[in-house]
Amino acid sequence: MTEDDLDRNRRHFLTVATLVTGAVGAGFVAVPFLSSLKPSARAQALGAPVEVPLGSIQPGEMVRVLWRGRLVFVLRRTEEMLAKLPSIVDELEDPNSEEVEQQPDYAANETRSVRPEYLVVEGSCTHLGCAPLEDFEVRPAEGWAGGFFCPCHGSKFDLAGRVYSGVPAPTNLRVPPHRFVRDDLILIGQDSGAA
Amino acid sequence: MARIEAEVGKPQGGFMKWIDDRFPFTETMKYHVTEYYASKNFNWWFVFGVLAMVVLVIQLVTGIFLTMNYKPAAAEAFASVEYIMRDVEWGWLIRYMHSTGASFFFIVVYLHMFRAMLYGSYKKPRELIWLIGMMIFFVLMAEGFAGYLLPWGQMSYWGAQVIISLFGAIPVVGDALVEFIRGDYSISDITLNRFFALHVIVLPLALIGLIFVHIVALHEVGSNNPDGIEIKKNKGPDGIPLDGVPFHPHHTSKDLVGIIVFLMIFSAVVFFAPDMGGMFLEHANFEPANMTATPEHIAPVWYYTPYYAILRAVPDKLWGFILFAMAVVLPVFLPWLDRCRVRSIRYRGWMYKTALTVFVITFISLGWLGLQAATPTYVMFARIFSVLYFAFFLLMPFYTAADKTKPVPDRVVYHD
Repeated sequence: MTEDDLDRNRRHFLTVATLVTGAVGAGFVAVPFLSSLKPSARAQALGAPVEVPLGSIQPGEMVRVLWRGRLVFVLRRTEEMLAKLPSIVDELEDPNSEEVEQQPDYAANETRSVRPEYLVVEGSCTHLGCAPLEDFEVRPAEGWAGGFFCPCHGSKFDLAGRVYSGVPAPTNLRVPPHRFVRDDLILIGQDSGAA
Repeated sequence: MARIEAEVGKPQGGFMKWIDDRFPFTETMKYHVTEYYASKNFNWWFVFGVLAMVVLVIQLVTGIFLTMNYKPAAAEAFASVEYIMRDVEWGWLIRYMHSTGASFFFIVVYLHMFRAMLYGSYKKPRELIWLIGMMIFFVLMAEGFAGYLLPWGQMSYWGAQVIISLFGAIPVVGDALVEFIRGDYSISDITLNRFFALHVIVLPLALIGLIFVHIVALHEVGSNNPDGIEIKKNKGPDGIPLDGVPFHPHHTSKDLVGIIVFLMIFSAVVFFAPDMGGMFLEHANFEPANMTATPEHIAPVWYYTPYYAILRAVPDKLWGFILFAMAVVLPVFLPWLDRCRVRSIRYRGWMYKTALTVFVITFISLGWLGLQAATPTYVMFARIFSVLYFAFFLLMPFYTAADKTKPVPDRVVYHD
C-alpha cells in the first residue's frame, strides 16, 4: 500500500471513533472512583435523626446537639424574647424567611419555628460555617436586641436566627427538618412519618 | 597507543560506560549540572530555588517518618500527634522539623517568586517556567491546607470548616461541591482520612512531577540573571556563554553556603521557637477539635493570611470568594501583564520600582491584617490594601509600558 492508496477520511474516522470510544470508557470507569468520594452508606446512616428531650430546658436556656455532625441549637425562648422579634425587622435582611432553602415551610413564619417557644436552628454561620456564639443579653445602648454573634467574621443573627443586614452572612441560619414527637420531645432530622 | 588505551581507556570506560550504554547518565549530568551554564553574577536572590528543593527534601523525609506513627482517624489523630511529641524517640524533633518546614517552604517560595518579579524572570522566553511555578504554588497551598487538618486540633477543624465552606459560595453547585469535598455532611473522620491521602500521596506526587517539569523547562531556556540579559547571545569560540559558569562546581559551592545559613536559621526556629509565638503553630490547635465551639479568634496560618484578609475585606459572600480566588490566580498572568521591554529592575524606571515597593508593603500588610481580629479599622485598611493589591496587577500593562527604561548592557555587570 502506498501513500496514495490511503483513504484519509476513513483513517480520520477511525482515529476519532477510537478516541471517542476510549473517552466514553474512561468516563464510565471514572464513575465508581468519583462516587466513592460521596458520603458513604455509613455516613448516611450516622445522619439519622436525633431526639432532644425538652423537659430540662429552662426558659431562656439553650442546648447544643449534633445532628449529622452538625451543630444544632435548641433555644427555649421567653415571652420577652418573643416580644422583641417584631421590633427589629427593619434591621434584618430577610425578616419574613422568604429564602426558601433556609427553612422548611412550616418554619417560614415570624418566629421561624413550629412552636414559637422553641427555636431549632443549625449552629453554623451561613457565611463560612463557624459556630455563632449566643449573646442573649439585651443592650439597648449598643442597639443589641439579643441573638447570635459569629466570632469569625462578625455576622449577627437575632433570636429567630434571622440575619442582620450589612454583615458577611447572606442568609438566615438554617432551620433543620424537625418535629414534635410529644410536647416534651423534638426529633431533629425528620419531619414526617413515624418516630 | 595501544598501551595508553589499555591504561586510560579501560578503567574509565568500565563501569560508567556500561551504564551510559544503557542509561544516559553522564549525558544527563553534563546537560543539567556540570555543563549547564548559568550567569556568573548571580546574587543571593538566586539561592531560593535551591533552598526550596532543600525544604522539599526535609518535608518528604520528616513526613515519611511522621506517617509511621500518625493515625488518620478523628478519634485517634490528636492523640497520635501527642504520642509522637511525647513517647516516640526524637518524635518531637521530626514533627517540629515538619511543621517549621511548612512555614519555611512558603518563606522560601515567596522570596523565590519575588526574585522573578525583581529581575523579570517570568518574561519571554520563560513564561512557561513561571506558569509551572504558579501551579507548584497552588499545589503547595493545597498541600499545606490538607496537612493542617491532620493534627485534628481546634484550628485544624474550624480552619478547614471556613475554607471548605468558601466553595459553598459558588452558585448552584456550591453546596453539592462542599459535600463532595468533605465526603460527609460535616467535616468528619471521612474528611480527615481523605485529606491524609491527599497530603501524603496525591499532592506530593503532583508537586514532584511539577518541580521536575519546572527544572526541565528552566534548563531548556537557561537561567535569568540580575541584569536580565540573555547570556546565550555572547558566546565564546567554544560555544559557551562568555558570562556563564558551569552550575557545578561554581553555583553548587556557592549555594552550599546559602544552604548552611538557611539550615542555621531553620534549626534556630526548630529548637527555640517551633510555634513562632503562634504564627507557625497556632495556640488554638493545642486543643482537640470541638465541633460545638469555634475558637474566639480564628485565622489561617500566616502564609494564607494576605488572601484571607482580602476575603474578609469584602462584605459579600460570593464576591469575597471571587476576589479571594482572583488574588491567588492573578500572578499567573504576570508575563502578559508586564509590557516592559526590560527585564531587570536595574534598568527599569521609577514607575515599576514604586509599584513593586508598594506591592511588597501591601502584601505584608495584608498578611498582618489577616492575622488580626476583623475590627472596623482593620477592615478599612484591608480594603485599601486590597485595592492596591489588584491595582498592582490590573494597571501593570499601563505603567510598565509608560515607564522610562535605562539602556541595558550587553554583558553582565558586577555590583558591590
